[in-house]
Amino acid sequence: MHEAHTRLERIAGSVVAVQARDATYRELAQVSWPGGTSLAQVIRLDGERAFLQVFAGGRGLPTDARVRFLGRPMRVPASDALLGRVFDGAGRPRDRGPEIEEEGVDIAGPSVNPAKRIIPRTMVRTGIPMIDVFNTLVESQKLPIFSVPGEPYHELLARIALQAEVDRIVLGGMGLKHDDYLYFRDTLEEAGALARTVAFIHTAADPTVECLLVPDMVLAVAERFALRGERVLVLLSDMTNFADALKEVAITMEQIPSNRGYPGDLYSQLAARYEKAVDFDDAGSITILAVTTMPGDDVTHPVPDNTGYITEGQFYLRGGRIEPFGSLSRLKQLVNGDTRDDHRALMNTMIQLYAAYRETLEKRAMGFRMSEWDEQLLRYGVGFEERLMDLEVDLPLESALDVGWALLAECFEPEQTGLATALIERHWPAR
Amino acid sequence: MPNVGRIVAVSGPLVTAAFEQPVVQNEVGYAEVDGLRLKAELIRVRGDTADLQVFEDTTGLFVGGRLEFTGEMLSAELGPGLLGLVVDGLQNPLSELAEASGYFLARGQYLAPIDRERRWAFTPSVEAGASVRAGDALGAVPEGVVEHRIMVPFGWRGWWTVREVAAAGELRVDDAVATLEDEAGHTRQVTMVQRWPVKVPIQAYRERLRPDRPLVTKIRIVDTLFPVARGGTYCIPGPFGAGKTVLQQLTSRHAEVDVVIVAACGERAGEVVETLREFPEIVDPRTGRSLMERTVIVCNTSSMPVAAREASVYTAVTVAEYYRQMGLDVLLLADSTSRWAQALREVSGRLEEIPGEEAFPAYLESVVAAFYERGGLVSLRDGSTGSVTIGGTVSPAGGNFEEPVTQATLKVVGAFHGLSRARSDARRYPAIDPLDSWSHYDGVVDADDIALARTVLQDGNEVAQMMKVVGEEGTGLDDFLRYLKAEYLDGAYLQQDAFDDVDGASSAERQAVVFGEIARVLRAALRLDGKDAARRWFQTLTQATKDWNRAPWGEAAFDEGRERVRELLEGVRGDA
Repeated sequence: MHEAHTRLERIAGSVVAVQARDATYRELAQVSWPGGTSLAQVIRLDGERAFLQVFAGGRGLPTDARVRFLGRPMRVPASDALLGRVFDGAGRPRDRGPEIEEEGVDIAGPSVNPAKRIIPRTMVRTGIPMIDVFNTLVESQKLPIFSVPGEPYHELLARIALQAEVDRIVLGGMGLKHDDYLYFRDTLEEAGALARTVAFIHTAADPTVECLLVPDMVLAVAERFALRGERVLVLLSDMTNFADALKEVAITMEQIPSNRGYPGDLYSQLAARYEKAVDFDDAGSITILAVTTMPGDDVTHPVPDNTGYITEGQFYLRGGRIEPFGSLSRLKQLVNGDTRDDHRALMNTMIQLYAAYRETLEKRAMGFRMSEWDEQLLRYGVGFEERLMDLEVDLPLESALDVGWALLAECFEPEQTGLATALIERHWPAR
Repeated sequence: MPNVGRIVAVSGPLVTAAFEQPVVQNEVGYAEVDGLRLKAELIRVRGDTADLQVFEDTTGLFVGGRLEFTGEMLSAELGPGLLGLVVDGLQNPLSELAEASGYFLARGQYLAPIDRERRWAFTPSVEAGASVRAGDALGAVPEGVVEHRIMVPFGWRGWWTVREVAAAGELRVDDAVATLEDEAGHTRQVTMVQRWPVKVPIQAYRERLRPDRPLVTKIRIVDTLFPVARGGTYCIPGPFGAGKTVLQQLTSRHAEVDVVIVAACGERAGEVVETLREFPEIVDPRTGRSLMERTVIVCNTSSMPVAAREASVYTAVTVAEYYRQMGLDVLLLADSTSRWAQALREVSGRLEEIPGEEAFPAYLESVVAAFYERGGLVSLRDGSTGSVTIGGTVSPAGGNFEEPVTQATLKVVGAFHGLSRARSDARRYPAIDPLDSWSHYDGVVDADDIALARTVLQDGNEVAQMMKVVGEEGTGLDDFLRYLKAEYLDGAYLQQDAFDDVDGASSAERQAVVFGEIARVLRAALRLDGKDAARRWFQTLTQATKDWNRAPWGEAAFDEGRERVRELLEGVRGDA
């Protein structure tokens, strides 16, 4: 019923314009030419001209390509048939498995009514003291891992994924190296987690526009699972590639850039994805962990900066460890009051002392004499890094807290810690 | 005959429509798609086309589609029943929306915020024959903890004579409470509900006054060092993770005001959920009723359509002004004004306007200034006063305060609470920077003591800077004591444990008492034997003071805490 249009008026990057009276905003179209075929999406209407974003990109596209509007937005299948499967950024199988013939669900659907959300209340135990003690991860949290390229962020992501008790894992790769994709697949397979996993993988070699679709497909599938009452963990890597793809398309569309070439709606675009993290009042939940690489280790770069304002904290990965400064779990207060009575106070005190240790390190580097207090801090700092910060450490929360008390007692007198007297009486280890 | 235009272009939240009959700048229009009507606001006219920002997802709109103009500017509905509500930026009540459309915010659903069926106990305050004008009370109904005045609609011009007024009784909001007649003899009925265009300030008062009374937030560093006045304005800029939102949440709980409007603008949904789930459970110690009964939440979270973000801020301030007209102290907390500015930028970009700095529109400053100017202390025509205090957070890109939104805001507010990354990294909460922040308002403790505190902080900072160069061994004991005094003031007083029931909220009286003791320490000449001994003594004193901060006011533990601090001081006083 939809006629085909056969004349592209403009081709710029992955965006084409076609004369069309019957296009509706954001609907999907099929573009076909002798050399291939691709889906495309309407991203602007201006008079009788429709602008389309071609998923396969503009390379090799002739001006006489046929454009047929499909009258529906982008959809993705979202049933159990997806489990154990791997798809690409346009939703095609990547694993030589069969196509999934399903009606599917619309991607990038409306946002959840805040009145249907509940306050998250379940701690996700990871066995990593820097997370469990200092920046507790909470079910339905959205949290990025800020890192420079080269840090073991995929190892961290995989470790959390395997340790966390969730029903489903949905993995989204954007601009991923093929090796990294294989790493994830093999790790999940070895741990026997592949059967509860769905993956949408866009590799660096695939067309840019397909990168833009990955988070929406991943989250649409996750949302469907969560509505069935399942607890879903979404892993995304790397959101900086996603933002770069947004930038590329925005510049092609001649939008006025706001900061370092990124479009003015970068915040809204990222938020639309991260805000899919949810704990439903009478269904399941979605927790999002997303790698965000920081170009030049610069946290003020627009991508990590905007992300930080959206997410509920962040883990900084630096030198193979989760940095105590800058790392933050905004939701930790919702759960760490019910773990153990000393959790909050100990967490704050240990970080304050570690900050003092860093200052002492600076003083020492400048050749200043170390006071008695400085010597205490130095002992403490080294112990803290070895026994709690190291990513190799795998301890349940309670044991990690005990390690903390032991360390304080080895280095300080009780009143030097600033901890409440009542807590010290209960927990300070006897000599 | 409705005024109908035809859509000629769609780009993101912006649609362009061709029209034939006259249209009004800022009027509301409805774009039609799949049987739905999507609310939009006219923001620019060029020739015979009008640009409208659509408050909903524009998927499915098409060239040639119908767009109906209403002629009415974007307005808020004002009347009893607003307190306790959670509404979106267009004032749709979210719980009712959830009942109507489930988990997700379906587009094109508009519900009235005010319950039509509920009955209110109306008591008239005027008699037939009285002369009244816009904003004058005709009667009142009790709404939770406030006496909700039913007023002559703010948009009615000139003097009116009361012809009839309803007797005391149970009325619904749409029932007539009075019939008024203007000078030309036309009569109109007044109900409990009126509509007011959100972008126009309500000005039915006698005059604006200078804010002179402090608004107690129970956050020590604010009330003592950087106070906020009733009817004043303040801003909280800070990098992410420095604690803007936690500060706002604490203020919304503890602030000593009659009504709190929370405008969650372009921020996380989770934060709104915390407020809307917790407030009904928390008892307000001032009234003995739930906190929710004095709160209105206007939320347009970051994933909700961007154009409605701008509307949410204006809806919130309009509701605030409405309650101010009843002689109440209203606090509006907007989190975050940067998201609102970004919404302006996004729409400005789609309009292809010439961009200013960082692509923000050139009118950013005047828009921000006009918004904060809606705060203020006013004397009403009946002699009572009412106030709107506005506190806005700012989320500067990269935490750099030299960006357009922070700078535009700093020019117009009366107090600046700058959050610092260094303080939050060191877990010194609240992370308000005691050296950079400022306030033009009067606080709750003795002014001489405050001057002293500032000097101590400055001195301590100078010594700390110096010690970075010459080291502790190159610092004399006197200087080192100055440094420790500043650290003590910071650690034992300015920092506050938000999660401790007692320490988390410190009353004005308590602040005056505790700060008085601390000032004694800051003034005292101390006899301490060497730097290590000095550090030890201050560590002990800090811990004693923090224990005191956790002792409930009016209990024996509080007096014991004070005694302990005094004893410690007496032990080392050099001037005694």
